[in-house]
Amino acid sequence: MATTAGGALLGLFQDPVKVADAIDSLREAGFDGSTLKTYTDTPYPEGAFGEDPENHRLYVFPFMGALCGFSVGLLITIGTQMAYPLVTGGKPILSIPPMINVMYEGTMLGAILFTVLGIIFESRLPNFSKAPYDPRISEGYIGLLVSRAEGKADVAERAMRAAGAVDIVTQPGSGR
Amino acid sequence: MQERRELSPTKINQDLLRFAFHTPLWFWIAAIVLGCIFGAGLVSFILMLIFGLTLLGYTNIQLWGILITNFVFWVGISHAGVMISAILRLTQAEWRRPVTRAAEVLTVFALATAATFPLIHTGRPWRVPYWVFPYDFGRGIFPDVRSALIWDPSAIFTYLSSSAMFIYVALVPDLAIARDQSTGWRRQLYGLLALGFRGTARQWKLQTIAGILLSGLILPVFVSVHSIVSWDFAMAITPGWHSSTFPPYFVIGAVHSGVSAVATLMAILRWIFHLEDYITPDHFDALGRLLLVVVNTWLFFFLLDMVFGIGTRDPNELAIWELRIFQQPFNVLFPVFFITGYIIPMGFWVFKKVRRNIKIMFWTSLIANVGMWLERYIIIVPAVSDKRPFTFTWIPVYQVQPIEVILVLASFALVSLGVLLFAKFFPIIPLFDIKEGQVLKQEIQVGRVRVPGIIRE
Repeated sequence: MATTAGGALLGLFQDPVKVADAIDSLREAGFDGSTLKTYTDTPYPEGAFGEDPENHRLYVFPFMGALCGFSVGLLITIGTQMAYPLVTGGKPILSIPPMINVMYEGTMLGAILFTVLGIIFESRLPNFSKAPYDPRISEGYIGLLVSRAEGKADVAERAMRAAGAVDIVTQPGSGR
Repeated sequence: MQERRELSPTKINQDLLRFAFHTPLWFWIAAIVLGCIFGAGLVSFILMLIFGLTLLGYTNIQLWGILITNFVFWVGISHAGVMISAILRLTQAEWRRPVTRAAEVLTVFALATAATFPLIHTGRPWRVPYWVFPYDFGRGIFPDVRSALIWDPSAIFTYLSSSAMFIYVALVPDLAIARDQSTGWRRQLYGLLALGFRGTARQWKLQTIAGILLSGLILPVFVSVHSIVSWDFAMAITPGWHSSTFPPYFVIGAVHSGVSAVATLMAILRWIFHLEDYITPDHFDALGRLLLVVVNTWLFFFLLDMVFGIGTRDPNELAIWELRIFQQPFNVLFPVFFITGYIIPMGFWVFKKVRRNIKIMFWTSLIANVGMWLERYIIIVPAVSDKRPFTFTWIPVYQVQPIEVILVLASFALVSLGVLLFAKFFPIIPLFDIKEGQVLKQEIQVGRVRVPGIIRE
């Protein structure tokens, strides 16, 4: 069985239950959970394929962003008023209530911007890898990628076919 | 809501990507017509740059008119999009699936259009950076963060960028599908924008969390933006505007006009893209029920503003309300606004049969927005039309000029063109969301009936 340079092959399935069976078989054949990856065109409930749970640190990003945004908001509101200390309408130079508006918007913008960056980073994007891929995945097929399968590609293919894979793809795919 | 159709992933791809891959003749006609109207607005804007704001109907005291009315109106429209999308995502409402993206896209184009109006209104838009951004102190120009007119751009900038990022994050999985289904330059473009998304379990988990997390972050921004827009008025001591009820009144008014606009847009999308399998009478029923709550909440705040205004017994405040209700030309506009903004929509939307009738929902939601545009006009224009003691004895009447009408029409054309062009290049209905709905709707046996697995709505 020929695989890509990284020793990867992709099994295509139509039934989620068969993907879960294939993952079980591959684990029994000695494949580590970290070498197995599913590709779908829609979010299935977590654990639908019996895959390992994914850990992430996305929740850190909004807090970091909020802190940065708040700091920038504080700097702008204090800095501009201190740099040009004109008394307006008898209000104090550093008038806190109006400053809150700009600081609030800065905080929220920072939180949202960092969250978006966090989503992209934690999703491991951009990733234009050459691992096997098949456009049929966007038509409802479920892909099961077995990576680091050098020397065991035949075992992996047999396990996936036995579980009900409709096709095995070894051609390098393109994220683009 | 049990109205579900069995749709295969291939059919969903074909239906929802058809317009992105094939260009019908009507697209060119619509784009040219809308482009011409927008072009007329652009020419008007250039004329104003050359000849100044004298082309508008402004008088020696009347300096806020149609342009600011239009600004508030479009900011209001922009509020529904993300509001609907965020609340429905947070509550995991099933009927959100075909609605969210169109609502978000409407938000972005409405907000971007709204932002142009204060720029035009300044008369010297090239000077705006000096007024807004904190630099160049040496020229005696400083941004006063104590002014509501500085809070406003900061809020709008935050909301616009957040909404655009929100759309992009949720668009990435669909861009990946579009990449897989296309060839040539489209494949290159979608591939680049999809960032190599392949739909791993990790990527989907983060997508799901992203939807909820970003919704939670954007909702407070949405409330803050229209509150701050209301402070453009309420922070002034101008009678008719200086009211503490303005922020919630503006926010709920924005939701009313925005959700109505989403109903209008959904009906148009259903008709022009033949999305009968995706946008069903159930969705209009749900939108109608939401609108019923919104329109009555709006009525409460409208009455509150009125009672607070009249109840002060301040002669200046009373004069504004008298002008709004009893004097020409507002005495004609006021009942029209109330009938179109409340009586007609409320009178129709209480009936389930009406809510499920897409044509009636289209027209009533459109009429509601006529009322909401007039509402903003009636809030803004009379308050600055009133003659004050010790100002001028000679006050010409503010009359709307043709160039202002052109600018209003151009704004509608710009938003429509923006949504149309977005729909031309990207799926306006989220494919992955629809597919997820199909996956999760596996039927389960309850007693002697089989019902969809998800009946959260």
